[in-house]
Amino acid sequence: MVSQSLQSYLLVSAALFSLGVFGLLSRRNLVAIVISLELILNSASINFLAFNKFCMHDKVTGQVFVIFIIALAAAEVCIGLSLILLLYKRKNSINIEEAKELKG
Amino acid sequence: MIADIVFIGIVITTLVGAFMAVWLKNVFYNALSLILSLFGVACLFIYLNSEFLAIMEVIIYIGAIAVAIIFAIMLSKPSLLTEGKRSAAKTLRSLIIAGLLFFGLWLTLRRTTWPEAGVEGDYSIRAIGRALLTTNILPFEAVSLVLLVAIIGALLISSFNRYSEPEAKNLKNGIPASPADRLRSAHDDDAKQNDDTYSEGELGG
Repeated sequence: MVSQSLQSYLLVSAALFSLGVFGLLSRRNLVAIVISLELILNSASINFLAFNKFCMHDKVTGQVFVIFIIALAAAEVCIGLSLILLLYKRKNSINIEEAKELKG
Repeated sequence: MIADIVFIGIVITTLVGAFMAVWLKNVFYNALSLILSLFGVACLFIYLNSEFLAIMEVIIYIGAIAVAIIFAIMLSKPSLLTEGKRSAAKTLRSLIIAGLLFFGLWLTLRRTTWPEAGVEGDYSIRAIGRALLTTNILPFEAVSLVLLVAIIGALLISSFNRYSEPEAKNLKNGIPASPADRLRSAHDDDAKQNDDTYSEGELGG
C-alpha cells in the first residue's frame, strides 16, 4: 500500500522541498521566489502531518503545528508582497538583481 | 487499491504543479501552477486524516495567499515580469544543489527506521480546538499577535510610498545621487511644480 506508508509521504515532501530550493536559487523574479517559499513551507506541513499520523500517539499535536505554519505563512506573504510592491515603486522592477544598494 | 491509484495521481499532480511553478518563465503561470500544487497538497492532507487542515489549506493558501500573489503580479507591470534568457550556469548550479539535497534526504529516508505508532486515534476538530485552547494557548496567542503586527506592518510599508517617491528619483541605476545632484533635482522639481501651478492658475483664470 503506497498511500499507507510513511516513506512515500516523506519522499513527496522531500521532492517538493527540493523543487522549492531549486526555484529559490534559480529565479530572479521576487514573486517567483515567494512562490518557491510557499512550496517549501508546504513540504514542511506534509512532513508534520505524516509524522503526526504514523509516529505519534497523540494525533493532534502535528495538526496544531500545521495551523501555526499556515498562519505564519500568511503573515510572511503579507509582509513580503508589500515589500515587493514598495521595491517595484522605487525601482520600477522586481528583478532581485536590481536590489543591490546594500552590496550584499 | 483504488486509494493507491488516486494517491499516485495526486502526487503526480502536486509535483508537476510544483515543477511548473518554479520552471515556467511567466510569473502568472507560476502563480496558477502554485494553486494546482497547493490543491494537491490539500488532497494529501485528506490522506493523512486531517480533513480540517485540508479545508484550511484551500481557504487560506488558495483563497488568500495565492490571490494575494496574483494581486502583486497585477499591480506590477506585466512587461517587466517576463525574465530575460535563463542563464545556463545559474540553472545548472541550482539544479545540482537541489539534486544533492534531494539525494541526501532520500538516503536519510531509506536508512532511518521511524518509531511506529498506530494510525488509529482522535483526529477530530474538537480535539484540535481543545489542544489549541489548553496546552497550546501561548503559541496560539503569539501567532495572533504576529498576524496583527504583520498586517499593521504591511499597511505601514505600503503607505510610505507617497513619501519615498521623490527619493526614488534621486537614484540613478540604484546608486544614490551625490548631494549636489540631489539638490539640483529637488530644485528642478520645485521649478516644475511652480510651472505646473502657474499654468493651472492660468488655465483656471
